[in-house]
Amino acid sequence: MTIEFSAVQVGEEIPLLTLCPINRTTLALYCGASGDHNPIHVDIDFARRARMPDVFAHGMLSAAYLGRLLTAWVPQDKVRSLSVRFTGITQLGHLPTCTGKVIEKFCEAGEQRVRLALSCTNQYGEEKLAGEAIVALA
Amino acid sequence: MADKNLIGHSTGVFSIDVEKGRLRFFAKAIGETDPVYIDEAAAQAAGHKSLPVPPTFLKCLESEGRDVVQLLDLVGFDLGRVLHAEQSFVYHHMAYAGDVLTFDGRICDLYEKKGGALQFVVMEARVTNQDGEHIADIRSSLVQR
Repeated sequence: MTIEFSAVQVGEEIPLLTLCPINRTTLALYCGASGDHNPIHVDIDFARRARMPDVFAHGMLSAAYLGRLLTAWVPQDKVRSLSVRFTGITQLGHLPTCTGKVIEKFCEAGEQRVRLALSCTNQYGEEKLAGEAIVALA
Repeated sequence: MADKNLIGHSTGVFSIDVEKGRLRFFAKAIGETDPVYIDEAAAQAAGHKSLPVPPTFLKCLESEGRDVVQLLDLVGFDLGRVLHAEQSFVYHHMAYAGDVLTFDGRICDLYEKKGGALQFVVMEARVTNQDGEHIADIRSSLVQR
């Protein structure tokens, strides 16, 4: 289904994306697949030496979930930009939910675009990532 | 405090192959089930030349080509104390499996907050493909706590 610019309203939420709880396997897989081999995400001994209670999720894993949120809504070649701020640490057992809301409709570079406010929160409603994306719509 | 003279310092230019297997592994790791990112026939049916590089994977390719620890040493950061603060991507063209992407990076800012308790380094990279097409600009901000 193609999303049309004229049918989208400011304030509208795009379909949310609910993920599985983060476990150690999630982090091991993301470590290997992403190429981010920082031991703080997979090696509890290293994490404790760095004065963290345990390993914790890669911020970029949640950013990838926000990427999925966008490409589930529109084809990827419509995504013009994506920016995220990491506002909290995602711990083991957290259950991320990604949401997006249309906050602006505008024309730029000869095309119709919308700006989305993005958020990734855990099951307690704590925000872990805040972001923005610009998407072109026909 | 990191050396402000490093602002503008090149973090190097490197090229990297986008491998189909790596994209599938990444799709698995992030729970992606859209066949466009897993099955080449589905990608082609959707108008792509091969499996697309998903929105945030450009950052993964970038860290593949750079020795992060060496980079952190340059700015005097310790891996165990570093967190990712911000990340952004501006997209110009799609990238696909089979492409060879070139990353041209530089340090674009160094600053501190809370009286030096938090130190930030901001890096940018311009990404182009084998045909010289401008794929994206990516910007990363790291903080040492």
